[in-house]
Amino acid sequence: MSTRQHGAMRSADDTVGGRQAPTVSPARRKWRPYILSIPATVILIGILYPFVQGVGYTFLNYRATEGNVHFIGLSNYLQVFTEPLFWGSVRTTLVFAIVATVLETVLGVIIALLLNRSSLIGKIFEKVLILPLMIAPVIAGVIWKLMFNPQFGILNHIFHLGSTFDFLSEGRALWSIIMVDAWIYTPFVAILVLAGVRSLPKEPFEASAVDGAGWFYMFRRLMLPMMWPYILVAVIFRFMDCLKVFDIVYVLTQGGPGHATSTLQVNAYINSIINFNYSGGATYMFILWIIVYLTAQQLVKLLGRAQARAAGSEA
Amino acid sequence: MARKEMMPGQKRFTAPAILGDVAILAWFVFSLFPIVWMVMLALKTPAEQTTTYFKFSPTLENFVTVLSERGTLLTSVDFKAALISSTINCVGAVLVSLVVGIPAAYAAGRWKFRGSDSLMFNLLSFRFAPELMVIVPLFVIYNGLGLFDTTVGMIWVLQLVTMPLVVWILRSYFEDLPEDLEQAALLDGYSRKRAFTMVALPLVRPGIAASALLAFIFAWNNYMFPLILTNSGSVTVAITKFLGGGGQAYYNLTAAAGVVGALPPLILALTIQRYLVQGLSFGAVKG
Repeated sequence: MSTRQHGAMRSADDTVGGRQAPTVSPARRKWRPYILSIPATVILIGILYPFVQGVGYTFLNYRATEGNVHFIGLSNYLQVFTEPLFWGSVRTTLVFAIVATVLETVLGVIIALLLNRSSLIGKIFEKVLILPLMIAPVIAGVIWKLMFNPQFGILNHIFHLGSTFDFLSEGRALWSIIMVDAWIYTPFVAILVLAGVRSLPKEPFEASAVDGAGWFYMFRRLMLPMMWPYILVAVIFRFMDCLKVFDIVYVLTQGGPGHATSTLQVNAYINSIINFNYSGGATYMFILWIIVYLTAQQLVKLLGRAQARAAGSEA
Repeated sequence: MARKEMMPGQKRFTAPAILGDVAILAWFVFSLFPIVWMVMLALKTPAEQTTTYFKFSPTLENFVTVLSERGTLLTSVDFKAALISSTINCVGAVLVSLVVGIPAAYAAGRWKFRGSDSLMFNLLSFRFAPELMVIVPLFVIYNGLGLFDTTVGMIWVLQLVTMPLVVWILRSYFEDLPEDLEQAALLDGYSRKRAFTMVALPLVRPGIAASALLAFIFAWNNYMFPLILTNSGSVTVAITKFLGGGGQAYYNLTAAAGVVGALPPLILALTIQRYLVQGLSFGAVKG
């Protein structure tokens, strides 16, 4: 794992293949990678096409009920931006994404550090850690829905909450969904960070131990800065995925009660698929896509800097 | 490993060490309990479906019902058919991804060419794109072309999940493969094609296996594509139908369906555990 991980963290510049076989003419050599990429590109275009079409929808008044579909410019955007429902779902999505990402990152780092010890418990639990991550989010949602049931859910029974306590009530639903998300994805953060911790060089730790540094000092000054790129990779993946959360929300609450859990993608689904307002849904989606894209760009930049710094501190 | 001695909470049987073990134990109870509960619920008789006991005599009745005609009549979901079509769709998607993805991954891993970075970035960006952005137009296109609820249609759309995964994982495998090995084969008079099939390909076999299995898991677990582009033609969609809708909810049938639906990914995950981390972060933000 560790050598590969280092490979994955390398910058693109030092991995250039460059050299080619002496037996083939330069012209064929030049085209080879393109020819090899053609099939993948074809599939890519096959999927890019609907994407572009989806963006096109945002400028139309396309609904299943509308016979006369035509260009309406930015009206959809103007309408969306004046909808309280839209801003509500932006808020819900951000609260969900930020709280879930922070929670999963903190818990994941703690779990990774605890598992890093070579105890027997750590070895056994490392194997089962990933199980929730491998179950389909929908199935996870179904399990939790059964456990959340106020009448015969096991949680109300174990914690003596009575049948009036509802985990999926308007005030609690979002937090319950965050808990389910943390149940599924904390292991993801934990295994990425664990792999990172294990590939750290040991010399700086030995040196500062000789100097008499305490573990907290080492954690803060050595481990955390070196682990930062790994943590950031996990944060990027979690935050991006949380922004477009759908499966678990749809299974647990379908965006309700009221609009308490209607995230952007859930709202887009209700718009497009349930209410047949294709343009409205596409507009939600395109705005979400822009948010995801811009956030990803910023986070990747941050990651590049963190990797450069970590490489500096390792040297 | 000497380094471990310096890590926090390392010494055994000290207060922090014990506290750490307790914390880890607490996480695993939280982590495993829902799975255990689902399995228990699946093993209870229909009469016990709303009970919260931990002691009961287990029965396989629910599994039989879920997979038989009777389950279909009760819930109007043909779970067995969903199981079969999920398997066909996911295996198909993985196979197409391998055929199409291996050459692309090889090209990107071996050569730096104009457009290679943007091809790779676009592949990765699909990992982050909200599914609905493409699904709604696809839904309209599929209805027009008659691809709705078909194997071809599902395989095509599952490429969104499987191909980026396969290409990204395999690219790093090909990059890590020393080019000298192929050079040596070329000097021995092998053609470039044979050098690839006889030397490079066999050496990345573990990577191919890992990426294929991981791609299968992700395709299997996908919910939104089959939800919109088929009529419950997938395990994930079929399971939610057991939760009710027709007024009556079958909790232990839901649990049994959940157990059956979760088994393939769980078994695969345990077999490819070693490759999981790399696969999950798949080349994360490389390049």
